[in-house]
Amino acid sequence: MDHLIIAGRKFNSRLLVGTGKFSSNQAMVTAMENSACEIVTVALRRVDIDNPEDSLLSHINLDRYLLLPNTSGARDAEEAVRLARLARAAGCEPWVKLEVTPDPYYLLPDPIETLKAAEILVKEGFIVLPYMPADPVLARHLEEVGTATVMPLGAPIGTNRGLRTRDHIAIIIEQANVPVIVDAGLGAPSHAAEAMEMGADAVLVNTALADTTDPALMAQAFRKGVEAGREAYLAGLGGQRLQAEASSPLTGFLRND
Amino acid sequence: MSFQQQLQLYPQNEIIQRITTTTSQQIDRALQQQRLNIEDFSALLSPNITDKQLELMAERAHRITRQRFGRTILLYAPLYLSNECFNGCKYCGFNADNKFLRKTLTMIEIEREAKILRSQGFRHMLLLTGEAPKVAGIEYLEGAVKIIKEFCGSVSIEVFPMDTDGYRRMVTAGVDGLTLYQETYDPELYQQLHPYGPKSDYNYRLEAPERAGQAGMRRIGVGSLLGLGNSLSDVFYSGLHALYLARKFWRTQVTLSFPRICPADGGFQPNTIVDDRQLTQFICAMRLLIPDAGLVLSTRENAELRDNLLPLGITQMSAGSCTAPGGYGEEDKDAEQFSISDERSPAEVESLLKSRGYEAVWKDWDGAFLNKAAND
Repeated sequence: MDHLIIAGRKFNSRLLVGTGKFSSNQAMVTAMENSACEIVTVALRRVDIDNPEDSLLSHINLDRYLLLPNTSGARDAEEAVRLARLARAAGCEPWVKLEVTPDPYYLLPDPIETLKAAEILVKEGFIVLPYMPADPVLARHLEEVGTATVMPLGAPIGTNRGLRTRDHIAIIIEQANVPVIVDAGLGAPSHAAEAMEMGADAVLVNTALADTTDPALMAQAFRKGVEAGREAYLAGLGGQRLQAEASSPLTGFLRND
Repeated sequence: MSFQQQLQLYPQNEIIQRITTTTSQQIDRALQQQRLNIEDFSALLSPNITDKQLELMAERAHRITRQRFGRTILLYAPLYLSNECFNGCKYCGFNADNKFLRKTLTMIEIEREAKILRSQGFRHMLLLTGEAPKVAGIEYLEGAVKIIKEFCGSVSIEVFPMDTDGYRRMVTAGVDGLTLYQETYDPELYQQLHPYGPKSDYNYRLEAPERAGQAGMRRIGVGSLLGLGNSLSDVFYSGLHALYLARKFWRTQVTLSFPRICPADGGFQPNTIVDDRQLTQFICAMRLLIPDAGLVLSTRENAELRDNLLPLGITQMSAGSCTAPGGYGEEDKDAEQFSISDERSPAEVESLLKSRGYEAVWKDWDGAFLNKAAND
């Protein structure tokens, strides 16, 4: 059986779902169910993490989903670390999706502050999944300080533009010793499939599900896209060649006894 | 370059001339741009826009807003702390010439008001005062913020302009947002409308948002009071101002608002009228100019219009507002700054949002965020 394994924990699904931007909690829940995801991420700034009756949290079945709190809105390492600590103090598992996005416009991750925060949080025993620019060298640094995954962006958050960083993500996948989860910018199931075909271990989507008239159906479509991409990767895609292969190889004579 | 210097590059008569002589082709071209430049923006403010072009613009604004902010609207409440004021703003109910009982809330009254708002669900509060530094100055605000912070996550201020150090004190006290409207960017008209008091200093007010940016304020809101001067140039300059701030202070989010002047004590009559169509056009054009800006709509506008403007770019709204100090807890309300038009309760606004397919957001802030003032 093909599992996604993060920090020793097994998951059947390779699709992670964000909980922002939905028109209602019910729409969010249905999308989560149809996506078959097992990990959902929640912005700590949007919820009262210590209150089980919080209007958003109360909709998430914790027996079914791993709640992955995220630090979105943090402008620097110090704020992200404080957010993560508060979540753990409130009884969350020590998993955190690290987001440090000082620029409120494209919400791009700050590589310097992300690395700083990751180092501190790992030392404190957190399982850290960092949102990061698609920079292969940064991915290695994060891995070195002990993050459980790397989460390079395909395109800026919410843009639905697909794998704009494809070439760098390919290098990250090639070099990584931890799961690579493509996060942000995936706007269509075909984008998710493309990332999975390349060998990404998982993808995370949010806007693409929330920003449609039928989040439930779109969630199902993404589930299929991720599964199709994964299966294609496992089967081994036919290599692409620039020229047609000669049916009589030029060096065939070497093997003709 | 300061914003004041940048403003010199766009003389008002040229801007108005450019906007009013925009051709239909220029509007079409602007509507096709992926990212608008300031010329495209001016074209989209044109009174010559056809219904069809306006509809196209509204569709784009709707799409961008939904993608960037989702189907959510942040709800906030204004909390009036004081109506004492030394300014003579001719259009304002708190004008020093208006004779009514002045009031500045005590810390106990502030706590009572904040408690009420919290019980209604509010976690984002906007504190307002007039300009009377001795009774409601920086120190007073620091004390007020300390109390209010206990009841809500995010505190913004809409008060008098401060120097950079004053803004640093506000940030350190726990203020994360500033709203400061220039009222009108027309310096001559500004002088007429603000004949005396500290507010008569046009440039000091104009440069206040930059000082707040330097102090590390997380959100800065600008805008002009529609109905005072030429709305075309005032909206143009508001957009220019917001863009300037967004580029210069890259960690700060800009917000914009489009307040239309409301009847106030003193009987001021608007100089110009911005009708609903034009207001809609301004909101959509601003969304296209700055896709990530927060666009704010207050209870100045009536319920029906607010509901209709909802999908076109608005990201935050006030609800159940009272514009008199102490007005949430007292039956007998003192003078209001202006009368609101949408009198629905916060719960009613929330259920309206739900029926329109929007989720009301009450909390978009966390106590873990530090308020670190920035140094030069």
